[in-house]
This record gives sequence, C-alpha cells and structure tokens, in this order.
Amino acid sequence: MENEETNPSPTIDAKLGLALLYQMILIRRFEEKSAELYTKEKIRGFLHLYVGEEAVAVGVMQSLTEDDNILSTYREHGHALARGVDPGSIMAEMYGKREGCSMGRGGSMHLFDVAKKFYGGNAIVGGHLPLAVGMALASKKQGQNNITCCFFGEGAIAEGEFHESMNLAALWKVSVLFLCENNLYGMGTALRFSHSIQELEKKGDAYGVESAAVNGMDVLEMKKAVEKATAYIRSSGKPYFLVCNTYRFRAHSMFDAQLYRNKKEVEVWKERDPISTLRNQLLEKNLISNDDIDLIEEKVKTEVQKAVDFAEAGTFEPIGELTKYVYSS
Amino acid sequence: MNTKTTLRITYREALKHGLREALINDDMVFLMGEDVGRYGGAFAVSKGFLEEFGEDRIMDVPLSESGFVGAGIGAALGGMRPIVEVMTVNFSLLALDQIINNASTLLHMSGGQINVPVVIRMNSGIGNQLAAQHSHSWEPFYAHVPGLKVVSVGTHEDARGMLLTALESPDPVIIFEYTSLLNMESEIPLDSGAMDIDKAKVRREGKDVSIITYGPGVYKALAAAEELNLSGIDAEVVDLRVLNPIDNETILTSVAKTHRVLIVEEAWRSVSISSEIISRIMEHAFFDLDAPVQRLCGVEVPIPYPKHLEDASIPQKEDIVNSILNMVQYD
Amino acid sequence: MIEFKMPSLGADMEDGTLVEWRVKSGEAVKRGDIIADVDTQKGLIEIEVFEEGTVDRLVVKEGEKVPVGTVMATIIPIGALESSRKESVQVKAVSEVKQKAKTQITTEPAKQPLKEGSIVSHKHLKISPLAKRMAVEKGIDLTTIKGSGPEGSIVKKDIELAAKTKEESHMEASEEKKEIASRGIRDAIAMAMSRSNREIPHFYLETRIDISKALEWLKETNKERELKDRLLSVVLLIKATARAIKEVPVVNAYWENGLQLKDVINIGFAVSLRKGGVVIPAIHDADQKSPAELMTLLKDLIPRARALKLRSSELSESTITLTNVGEGNVDKVFGVIYPPQVAIIGFGNIVEEAWAENGAISARPVIHVTLAADHRAIDGYLAGRFLTALKHHLQNPETL
Repeated sequence: MENEETNPSPTIDAKLGLALLYQMILIRRFEEKSAELYTKEKIRGFLHLYVGEEAVAVGVMQSLTEDDNILSTYREHGHALARGVDPGSIMAEMYGKREGCSMGRGGSMHLFDVAKKFYGGNAIVGGHLPLAVGMALASKKQGQNNITCCFFGEGAIAEGEFHESMNLAALWKVSVLFLCENNLYGMGTALRFSHSIQELEKKGDAYGVESAAVNGMDVLEMKKAVEKATAYIRSSGKPYFLVCNTYRFRAHSMFDAQLYRNKKEVEVWKERDPISTLRNQLLEKNLISNDDIDLIEEKVKTEVQKAVDFAEAGTFEPIGELTKYVYSS
Repeated sequence: MNTKTTLRITYREALKHGLREALINDDMVFLMGEDVGRYGGAFAVSKGFLEEFGEDRIMDVPLSESGFVGAGIGAALGGMRPIVEVMTVNFSLLALDQIINNASTLLHMSGGQINVPVVIRMNSGIGNQLAAQHSHSWEPFYAHVPGLKVVSVGTHEDARGMLLTALESPDPVIIFEYTSLLNMESEIPLDSGAMDIDKAKVRREGKDVSIITYGPGVYKALAAAEELNLSGIDAEVVDLRVLNPIDNETILTSVAKTHRVLIVEEAWRSVSISSEIISRIMEHAFFDLDAPVQRLCGVEVPIPYPKHLEDASIPQKEDIVNSILNMVQYD
Repeated sequence: MIEFKMPSLGADMEDGTLVEWRVKSGEAVKRGDIIADVDTQKGLIEIEVFEEGTVDRLVVKEGEKVPVGTVMATIIPIGALESSRKESVQVKAVSEVKQKAKTQITTEPAKQPLKEGSIVSHKHLKISPLAKRMAVEKGIDLTTIKGSGPEGSIVKKDIELAAKTKEESHMEASEEKKEIASRGIRDAIAMAMSRSNREIPHFYLETRIDISKALEWLKETNKERELKDRLLSVVLLIKATARAIKEVPVVNAYWENGLQLKDVINIGFAVSLRKGGVVIPAIHDADQKSPAELMTLLKDLIPRARALKLRSSELSESTITLTNVGEGNVDKVFGVIYPPQVAIIGFGNIVEEAWAENGAISARPVIHVTLAADHRAIDGYLAGRFLTALKHHLQNPETL
C-alpha cells in the first residue's frame, strides 16, 4: 500500500502535455455539450457526466495497450473518449441512433466498442466486476498477457460483488486492474455514510491484493500510479487495486438538486480542477503557450461539433428490427 | 445375433458422459463451480474429472455465486467456453444479477457486438425432502428472460446430449438438471450424442389427449400414458425441452391432433410455464380445442419437509392418470 | 335495414311455420326471389321477397312457427351496401373481416331458439372451440344438439354424431320437411273443413255421365300422340268443368260478406298426399287451356304438389275445387266445400254400368259426378243446370 503524498513530481514534455490536455478538454467540452443537448431533449434517459474526473480516465489510458480490456460504469463517456472510441459514435449512441457505438440500443450508460476492447457501459453498480475477473481468467487460460481494467465507483465497494471479485482475482491470480474512482458520493450518499473504513485502498489487504491510492485530480500523478500498477500486473499476473481520489463537479445525473453537498465544498474541489492543474503546470514550465491552449479549445470545439453533426445526421433503427440482438441467430 | 445397441445408464452417468465428451472435444471448455473438483461434484457428476482434466479445466470456486457466475460470463466474453455449475438452482438467486443483467443483456446492449457463450447448469427440483430453501423450481423465472436460452433435461438422452449443443450456442444457455432423476436408470442408444436445443419432442405418440410437460414430468407422464393405455386411452406426451424460446410448432401440432391438453409441471402454478403454454394454445389453437386445457402444477406452498407433504405438493403419476380419466369421461 | 316479415297471404292467415330458408346470410336477393318456404293453414307456400339487397341475418329458424308480422330476416338494402362500399376500400376490407368474424361467431347465437314472444335468447351455448369450428364447417345447427361434454357442453363427438345423422338423413331431409308441412296441412284441413261444415249449408246433386264417347275420343287422339304426350281422362273432366262454369258462373265464386263472382276460372285440383292430407293447387284459367296444355300443366303440378313445392299463388287462388277419387275404387264422392268457395265437384271412378237408352239396355263406361254447393250462394236449379252443362260437354269431347 502506498500513500499518494509520497509521489515525486512526474516528468513531462510538451507533446505529452498537449496530448493529455487535449483529451481532458475534449472530455470536458463533450460532457458540457451533452448536458446542453439533454436539456434540448436530444439525449434522454440517465446522463451521468464526468466533469471534474477527467484526469483519471486520461491518466489510466496512457498505460493501457490496445490488447487490454476495459470495463466501465454508467459514468463512462470519459473512459470511452480517452480510450479512443469515436466521439461521433458516442454522441450518436446517446441520440439513440443506429450509427451509435452500440447501435443506439444502449444509450449513455451502455457504450460498447469491441474493436477498442471497450466492454461497456455497465450500469448495475458492482455487476461488471465479476465479468472483469472472468475476462482476465479467459486471458490467463489462453496464455495472454493483457490486463483487464475495471473502472468502478467507491459505491461499488459496498457491494458483495466487489469482495467476491477481489477474492476470486487474487485467488486465481488474474490480471485485473481494479480501478476505483472515489468521487466521494454514491449518488447522494457521502463516503462517510457508506463505509466504516474510508481509506478504501485498505480493503485490498483483506484479499492480498496489492493496493494504492492516488490523487485523481492530477493527470500526471494518475499516469504515474497506473504505470506502476500495470507494471506490477504484467510482471506478476496478479490483480491490483488503485483508488483514485477525485470529485465530480456536476450533479450525479441531470435531475439532481445536490442537496447532499454544499456549494463551498464544490468550489474548493474546483480549485483542484485537473485541467487547470495540468495547464498551469505546463505554462509554468513554459512547455506550452496560451495560444496552444486556444488551439486545443478550437480543435475540441470542432471535434465536438463534428460529433453532434454526426449524431444529428444519424438514423433511427426501424421498429421492425425491434427484436434484433436478443439472440444471435 | 444379439448385438447390443443401447446402454443402460443412470441420469447422473448420462450427464457425466456428456460433460466429459464436452471437455474432451474442446480445450476452450472448462467447468467451474462449487465442489466440482476435489469433492467430485455435489451430485458426483464430475467425479474423477479433476484427475483427468486438471485444475485448469475443473475449477473449484468459493461460495460466491454472483462472483463466479459473473466470472463465467466474463470468461465467455474473453473467448472461453465456460460451463458454470451452480450447485443448485436455489443458489442461483444469488447470481441473478449476473445472469439477468449481464448474460442476457450484453448482446443487445452492445448492439450485437458481444456474444455470451456461457452455459450455466443447475440442479433443480423437488423430491429429496430438502425442504423449502432447497426445493425450488425456477424454470419459469429464467424462461421469462429474453436473451437466455433455457432448456430442461427430462430424459437420459437429453442428459447425455443437450450440453454438447448448448456449448455450440453463441448465446447464454441455462440448463436445468433434476436431482430427483439422478439415480434413475434408462436405456439410451449406444451412439447417443448431441441433442438439439431448439425443439420440443413428442416422447409418445397418441391421439386422445396431449400431456405437455418438461423435466421430471416427462417420465411421470410417460408412465401415466402407459397406465392409461390399459384403459384404452391413447395419450401423447410432449416434452417441451426448451423453455425459452418455446417451440410453438410441436405443441400446436399435437393440440391439432388430440384436441385436448393436460399440462404437467412441478413449478408453482401462477405465472408458470404452463400459464405460458396455455396462452399460446389460446392464441394459436383455440379452435382446435375440444375441452378446456387442464394443468397439474406445483402446489403454491414453500415445499415442506415431510415426505407425504412433499409428494402432495407436486403432480404425481396417479394425478396425471386421474386428471386424464376425468377429461375423457365424456367420451 | 329492411325487415323481412312473415307475410300476410290472406286475411285469415295468422301465422306460418318456416319450413326452409332458400337463402343464406350474405346472399344477394332481388325482387321476386323465393327466399323461404312457409307452411301455412293453406299449405306450403313459397315466400317471395320484394326488395333488393343482401340478406343480413336469418332471424327465424327452420321449423319455427311465428305470427304474421314477425321479423324473419333482415336485409341490407342494395343502396345502403353500395354507399357503404364507396366509403373506402380499407374500411370495407376491415368491415368485411369483421363481418366475416361476426358471421362466424354470431351464426350460432342467431340460431338460438326463440323464447316465447319471439324474443331472441342470448343465453350462451357451452361448446368447445373445436366443436364450434366443426359445426360451422359441417353446417350443423347447434340448437338441435345436446352437449355430452363437461358441463353439458357440445364437444367434437356431438358434432360428429350430428354430422353423421345429417348425412344419413340427407335423403330423407325433404321427406322430413314434408312431414313438418303435412302436420301443418292436417291442421289446416281440420280448420278449414270444420269451418266449412260449421258455416256452409251444403246441398248435393248427383248425375251419371256416359263417358264412352269421351274415352273413344281420347283413344283416337292418343293414337296420334307420342307416349309422353298422351292425355288422361282427367284433363277432359277439368276442361268440361271449365266449360260448364262458363255457362253457370255462379258456382265459381267466393262467399265473403255475400256472393262474389270470380272473373277467372281457377280450378283447384285436389291432390292427395301419400302420407295423408290434401293440397289443392290451382289450375289457372282452366277455361283457356287446351286439353294438351292441361295435361302438361298437371304433369308439372301434381309432383310439385306432392313434394309440397307449390307457389303461394297456386295455393291461394282457386275459385272452385275439383276432386277426383278415380284412382281408388270409389264410385262417387260428396265433397266438403273449401271456404270461401261455394262449390266442389266430385268425380268418381269410371265404371262399366248398365245403361238404358232408347228402351234398350247396354253396358257403358260411366262416371258419377256430384256437386256440393253452398246454399247461401246457389240454389238447386242453377246447380242442376251446371251438372247438365258438364254432362253435355263430356259427351261431346271433340268440342273440348
């Protein structure tokens, strides 16, 4: 078990810095656009936004290869975007169009892109953890060295499936990266009202799973922590439990008055905005200029608009195909 | 010449033969479940397999139904052909989230990108004085779920052959096996192999009345039909075999032939497989009916421990005979 | 919607028994079509329809006796159907399907027995779906079947039995109908004859006619005829009667609120039925028909009468009746007048008798003719003149 405070300052160059910044800004703007489109009723159902947590997804993906499996939660737009799932196909999915990454059948909570080894978009809290163990088990049985990275929120840790999965993964020695995004709230219930022990990384000890916590508001720290975790998994073939302490700036989903937290708390966390943090780090080190940031914003704006246009231009599946994808044949 | 062409075998042995063949046929197939290895299987179906196939193929799992059933589903996503044994259907309730929220939905939620070729076997049913928590018949429950293929092993041939076909399915298959049949002996053809998992089967041809049933009801119905034959009543026995998706054609053909139907099932009556079969007959064969469809189902009570009460809670051969005698009394 | 009611075919008609529907629901009918056979006090009558359209529902079922004015069937007027057709193809298709379904489903309730007072009963019939389907296919009237299934329901077996019975009795079906009819006729005869005896003061006259010349004439004329065209003596009797009526028209009349002479000579020719009963089809305008024409007519009329397939006009328009018992070994017959007629002529068997003429006795073929007359209308003198005229015409067959 490691402590996040002991991490030394990570190294970075301009190219990487710009890339990380671009991805985080893309996620941020994409999510903001999604919120707007939700109010315009283009997107319906539940919409869980990733604003504030961008450093986690972007940081994690730096260390994953295209062979690694990713399973995610219902707050997965950021993971999908960071993984390289086409923004247009994500937006189209949220529009319910058949050009969406899940043919429009899933919506916001069920983004799938098997080509990117992105296995959802799983919306039952904790339900996909056993799947991750199984996928890692399959890899092991087939002699593959890939990692199965499983994102989940701290709420899932209260589920039995977390504990069953940690135990099974350790017992079977399979390559799962248990990636907990601790944003302090399971919907509206704060961590302290859900868990007797709030240092969640301690839970790994009970199963003999190597664990660590990391500042999830800093993409460079994230990147470094995941590099370490994945290196451990790849060398040992054992699971790893990484708790990323982060915060969501927006409500749980669109229809949420946020009665459970005060605005001051949100403002305090916003001072740790991962995008500002990285930007300032890069500016301070003179690795980038404000022009570069403007360029990124411009590029992101175009990209998001492209995604919206793609979704708008998409088509709805005919009702005659309603019962497709129930059985394979 | 007296060449033997059949094999006398217990239901347990038939299951074992099928399972063994599956493991031999395909290296991607592995068996995981509680006590399937060192114990030899709770019902001794996989006895000796650990020695034969090794720990990698025969995996004992901890008592984590949701965990290991989910892991089985995950392994299927990862390209394996897992056979997950849930010791009994009673414990599968702990894995319902995995089966219903994951196995049955992933193909659809992913817009057809992901197949879940997992086979989940469960021992099921009533009959060994195991009392309320260990005597469930959850066939209707699982058959309710689109995306799951649900089969019921009512005969020795199916015990031998259904698993092999289930493993070919790109979609999740739930196999119901029956504790009460394990020690029962029957003849199967020596060359008995894979059995389809699409169609119902007419187990006995008859013209006077159709007994539609599945699982332990099949042999009971066949025995009842033989007894009725002595009274000159020629009953047809239809084994549903596949409970989801249900094979309408075989049912409707039989109804069109006999015009009278008795449905026999051990599961509780309300919202059951029989409810569904009756609905389909109403929808598609109403004008073939010469009498109201009748059914014998499990009595709606938590299954009691004492033998006489347990016996009384599910349809028995005598009940089938009496019901049919009652149905044909006007002839 | 047109209501086709049990017609009033005469002032004294109170009711009628539907013997057979000649049309089915959904069949097109036009003015003048025969749509039903109804047995009345006057015998079996073919009922005509005076509207054009499509038969909607047959309300009264076969074998049922209903009062005049009872709705027997409903008919969709041709215009109504046309205008509804114009509405839209789709609507039409839908309504046709519905109509079809409705027909199938309501066929059976429509045949529910009428309760007293002719109110259609809506009591649900217990019948298995299969039996119901089979009944439609085999055309079985469910109201005639007693169910043998659970709760007394009609099941497959019952329909099969009914179908078998129906098939077996197919050949006897018309006989059966005749029986229904002849039961009606018996009632009708009873009623009419009672009334006659009660109301009409009969008197009787009789004469014998030497018929040798007539038979000689017949023999000669038949020599020139094909076998199938040969005449029978009865046509001479009819023709002679018609001639005599022309000379003494008072016998050709009705007594209804006084004497009403008839302009036309429609001779009612009594035909006895094998199972008992008599029907009296009218030979219209007998005076204007040649013996050959009369023969042709009788060949059509008598079998139809025996089959109870007479048209309403043939049954209701006789102005006088002729009864001929010649086929049975009976010499003479004294008839009972069929009200409101005023006379009935009876011919006996042709027998060889000793005949005195010009002081000599010889054997001659002789027929005994009687006249029963209503004394309210006719007196002995005119009655006698009538018989004399008849004798004259029969003895001069070449003039007939």
